[in-house]
Amino acid sequence: MEQAIFYFFSAVLIFAAGMVITARNPVHAVLFLVLAFFTSAALWLLLEAEFLAIVLVLVYVGAVMVLFLFVVMMLDINLAPLREGFARYLPVGVLVLALVVLEMVLVVGPRLFGAEAVTVPARQAAEYSNTETLGELLYTVYVYPFEVASVILLVAIVAAIALTLRRRPGTLKQEVGRQVAANRGERVRLVRMAAERSKR
Amino acid sequence: MFDWFMNPEGPMVLVVILIKIIALVMPLMLGVAYLTFAERKVIAYLHVRVGPNRVGPRGWLQPIADALKLVMKELLVPSAANRYLFMLGPVMAIAPALTAWAVVPVGEGMVIADINAGLLFLLAMTSMGVYGIIVAGWASNSKYAFLSAMRAGAQMISYEIAMGFALVGVLMAAGSLNLSQIVMAQQGSILHWFWLPLLPLFLVYFISGVAETNRSPFDVAEGESEIVAGFHVEYSGMAFAVFFLAEYANMILIATLTALLFAGGWLSPFQGIPVLEGLFAWVPGTIWLLLKVCVFLFCFLWFRATFPRYRYDQIMRLGWKVFIPVTIVWIFVEGAAVLAGLGPWFD
Amino acid sequence: MSFEVPQFSPALPEMFVLAMACLVLVLDLFLNDRTRVVTYLLSQATLVGAAVLSLGQYGAGTAVTFSGMFVADDVGHVLKAFIYLTVFLAFLYSRDYLRVRELLRGEFFVLGLFAVLGMMVMISARNLLLVYLGLELLSLSLYALVAFNRDSSQASEAAMKYFVTGALASGMLLYGMSMLYGATGSLDLARVAESTAAGEGGLVFQFGLVFLVVGIGFKFGAVPFHMWVPDVYEGAPTPVTLFVGSAPKVAAFAMVIRLLAEGLGGLQPHWEGLLVVLVILSLAVGNVIAIAQTNLKRMLAYSTISHMGFLLLGVLSGTAMGYSAAMFYAVTYALTAAGGFGMIILLSRNGFEADRLEDFRGLGARSPWFAFIMLVLMFSMAGVPPTVGFYAKLAVLQAAVGADLVWLAVVAVVFSVIGAFYYLRVVRLMYFEPAQDAAPLEAGGDLRLVISANGLALLALGIFPGALFAVCNSAFGL
Repeated sequence: MEQAIFYFFSAVLIFAAGMVITARNPVHAVLFLVLAFFTSAALWLLLEAEFLAIVLVLVYVGAVMVLFLFVVMMLDINLAPLREGFARYLPVGVLVLALVVLEMVLVVGPRLFGAEAVTVPARQAAEYSNTETLGELLYTVYVYPFEVASVILLVAIVAAIALTLRRRPGTLKQEVGRQVAANRGERVRLVRMAAERSKR
Repeated sequence: MFDWFMNPEGPMVLVVILIKIIALVMPLMLGVAYLTFAERKVIAYLHVRVGPNRVGPRGWLQPIADALKLVMKELLVPSAANRYLFMLGPVMAIAPALTAWAVVPVGEGMVIADINAGLLFLLAMTSMGVYGIIVAGWASNSKYAFLSAMRAGAQMISYEIAMGFALVGVLMAAGSLNLSQIVMAQQGSILHWFWLPLLPLFLVYFISGVAETNRSPFDVAEGESEIVAGFHVEYSGMAFAVFFLAEYANMILIATLTALLFAGGWLSPFQGIPVLEGLFAWVPGTIWLLLKVCVFLFCFLWFRATFPRYRYDQIMRLGWKVFIPVTIVWIFVEGAAVLAGLGPWFD
Repeated sequence: MSFEVPQFSPALPEMFVLAMACLVLVLDLFLNDRTRVVTYLLSQATLVGAAVLSLGQYGAGTAVTFSGMFVADDVGHVLKAFIYLTVFLAFLYSRDYLRVRELLRGEFFVLGLFAVLGMMVMISARNLLLVYLGLELLSLSLYALVAFNRDSSQASEAAMKYFVTGALASGMLLYGMSMLYGATGSLDLARVAESTAAGEGGLVFQFGLVFLVVGIGFKFGAVPFHMWVPDVYEGAPTPVTLFVGSAPKVAAFAMVIRLLAEGLGGLQPHWEGLLVVLVILSLAVGNVIAIAQTNLKRMLAYSTISHMGFLLLGVLSGTAMGYSAAMFYAVTYALTAAGGFGMIILLSRNGFEADRLEDFRGLGARSPWFAFIMLVLMFSMAGVPPTVGFYAKLAVLQAAVGADLVWLAVVAVVFSVIGAFYYLRVVRLMYFEPAQDAAPLEAGGDLRLVISANGLALLALGIFPGALFAVCNSAFGL
C-alpha cells in the first residue's frame, strides 16, 4: 500500500511539474507549482522526514508561493512575446537537454546511486521524533553554518530595507503614540453659551 | 472494544479512520450551523434586539432553513471568470480548514492522528487557508474580489508570523509539538495552564487568530461598506456556503486551539482544589473542552458586536510593529524562565 | 546524544565582527546625518580590532573547531588581515564621496562589515556548506551595495546583472558541491580530500569539478564568465566598485585554495586543464578589450579580468610555490585596485565623476604628487619594476615555469606586454597632454594622506618584497 501511495504522489508530482512549465496561464503555473511542492512534501512524509515535509508546506506553500502568486496575479503577464523565439531556439535547447541527460545518465547512473549502492535505512520506532533529532543536530554539530545562515537572512532584511525604505517629506502618517496620548481636553472644547431666544 | 477501536489492525485501519473522520466532521458541521445561529442571537441581544425567532421553536431551526435555501440556489459563474479556479477556490478554502482537525485532540486519546509534529502540521494547514481566498478573488475577475484577495493575503501572511512565534512559546513551555502532550504538560491546576506564564503570547495568539480568520474587527477582506463582500462577492448558492463553512470551521479551530494550548484543553478547571475537584470528577474532559471553546467563540462574537473595523494600515501596523516584537521579547523572557527552572511551570 | 561544546577561541575574530556589525546596525538608527561619523569610526574600529584578534593568532598553528567545519590557520590569518586592510581603505576612501552625494547611510558600513564577515567565513571554511554560505553572505551584501545608489538607473541595472549572474554562479557551485557530496557522502573538505586522494568516485568527481570551476570562474570574473564585471564596475558607485574590486578577490583566492587545493588536490591534473583555458582566455580578452575602453572604471574592470587570469595561473600549477605566488598576487592586487579606484574618488567631486580617461589629462601639471601616485599604481598594474606588481607577476611566472608550463608563461608575458599599453596610456595622458579641467582637488586630508601611503606602499613592497614573500611562503609551509 505504501508503494501505491508513493507512486500516486510521484505521478501527481511529475504531472504538476510538467504543467508548471507548459501551462499557458502564469497563475495556473504557480498553482501547479504549489501542487508540486505539496506532493513532494507528501513524499518526504513517506520517508519519515515529517519535519522537512511540514516545513516545506509551511514555508514554501504557506508563505513564499503566496507572495509569488500575488506578484503574478498583479502583473497580468502576456506570455505570447516570451514564446516568440521558442521554435528558433528549440534546436539549441534540445541539444543542451540531450547533453545534460547523457551526463546525468553517465554520472548519476545506478552504478553509484543505485539500489545496491545505498543501504536501505532502518524503520524508526514510533516514538522517534524527526523534529527533535534535527533540532539537536542543528544546534550542536551544525551550529556554525546555522548561525551563518541566520546572518545571511539578516543581511537580506537589511539590504531590502536599505534599498526600498524612503522617507518622503510631506507624507501624512499616523503617530499612534500621540493618538493614544490625546485626551479630551485637546480635542473637545465645551462652550457655555446663553440659550438663544427666537425673535417674535 | 474501545482499545481495539483506538488501535485497529490490518485492513480495518482505513475503515476506522473513516469512522473517526465522520465522527469528527459531523459534529463540526453541526457546530458551524449553530455557531451562525449563536452569532445572530448573541449579536442581537448585545444590540438589545431579539434576533431570529420565527423558524421553529424560538428560531432553533433557522440554520437548517438557511442551509436549505443555499443548497436550492443556482450556482452562478460569471462569464469572464476563470471557470476552473473559480470552482476550485471554495474547495481550497475548506480543505485546509477541515484537514487541520486531523491532529486536534478533543479529549484524552481522542484524536485521529496523534503525530509528533502536530503543532507544525497545524501551522502548515492554517497557512494554506489563504489560497482559497486569493484564488477565489482572482478567478472572479472582479475588482472588489481582487482587492479583497490582496488584503486577505497580506493580512494572513502577516499574522501567521505572530501566531507562529506564539506557538514557539507554547512548544518551549511544553517541550513537545504533540498537542496531547502539550495539554498534559499543563496539568496541576488552573494556574498551571499556559495562559498565565505565556499571557502575552496567549493574547497575541487569540487576537492573531481573529485576524487570521478575517473576523471583525479585522474583516477588511470582507468590508461590506467598501468592497461589498470581498472575495465571495461573485459566489452564490453552495459555493458561497462552502466559504461560509470554511470561515466558521476556522473560527472553531482557532477557539479549540486556544483552549488546548493555553487553557488546559480537556483538563478540569477545578483540578487541585480540594472539594470541587472531587465534586466535578464525573464530568468528561470533552465537556470541559467544549465549554472552553464556547467561551472563546463567544469572544469572537463579542468582538464583532463591540469593535469598529480596523483600517488596513492599522492592521498591518498592529501585526508587524506590535505583535511580532511582543512575541519575540516574550520568547526571550520565557527562555530565561525555562533556563532558571521557574516554578511551577518550568521546573 | 553526546556533544562537546566547541572551542570558540579560534573563531574570535568572526564573532567580534558579527557582534560589532549588529551593534553598528542598531546604533546607526539613533544617529542623524551629522553624527553619522560615529558609525564610520565604529566600523573602522571593528576592522582594527578584528585585525588585532586575527594577527594575535598568527603563528599559533592550525586550529579546527565547530565539528571540523572551521579552520584557523596562517593562510587564513594573513588573508583576513589583508581583507581588513583593504576594506579599511575602502571605507576611508568612500566616506567623503558618499557624504557629498548624500549616500552616506549607515547601511553602507553595515553591509560592508557583513561582506567582511562573509569573506572571513569563506577563508576559514573547512566544509562545503561553509564555503557556500560564506560566499552567499559576501555576494548578498555586494549586490545590495552595488544597488546602493538607488536613484541611479545605471547602478540598478548593474546590480540586477550582478545578481542574476551571481545567482547562476551560486547555482553552478552548489550543483558541483552536491555532486561531490553524492560521491563522498560528506560535506567535510578533509573527507573529500581523502576520497580524491584515494581515487574514488572517478566520473562524478570530474563532473562536479567542472561545475565548481565554472562557479569559481564566475566569482572571479574569469573569461568566459566575465560578462558581469565591466557593467558592475562601471554602474556601481565608485566606492562600491572599489570594494567589489579589491577585498573579494582575496576571498575568492581563499575559496580556490580551500576547494581546489585542499579539497580536490587529488584531482589537480583534471582542474589544471580547466584553469589553463580560463587563464588564457582571461589574459587575452581582458588585456585586448581594455585597450578599447575610454572609461577608466571599465578599463580597470577588464584589467581585473586579466589580473584574475594571472592569479589563476599561479594556482593551476598545483604546487605550494604556485599557491604562495598566487597569494602574493591576490593581496598585492587588492591593494593596487584599492589605490586605483581611490584615485577616481580623489579626483571626483559632487556632480562630476572622474571616471573617464580624459579626466586624467594633464594631471601631472595640476597635481604632480597625485600624478606620481597614479603613475606608481599604473606601473604596478602593468608590472613595471620596481613596483610590487612586477614581483607578483614574476613570482607567478616562476611558479608556472617551475611546473613545466613554459609555454603558458610565455603567453602570459606576451599578453601583459600588450596590457602595458593601456596602463601607460594613462601615464601619457597625465604627463604629456594639456589639462582640460583646472578645478582644484577637493578631497579631504585623510584621503590624500592614505592614498599617498597606499601608492608608496606599493613602491616599498616592490623594493622590499622579501617580508611579504616570506609570509606567503611560510603560510604554505615553504
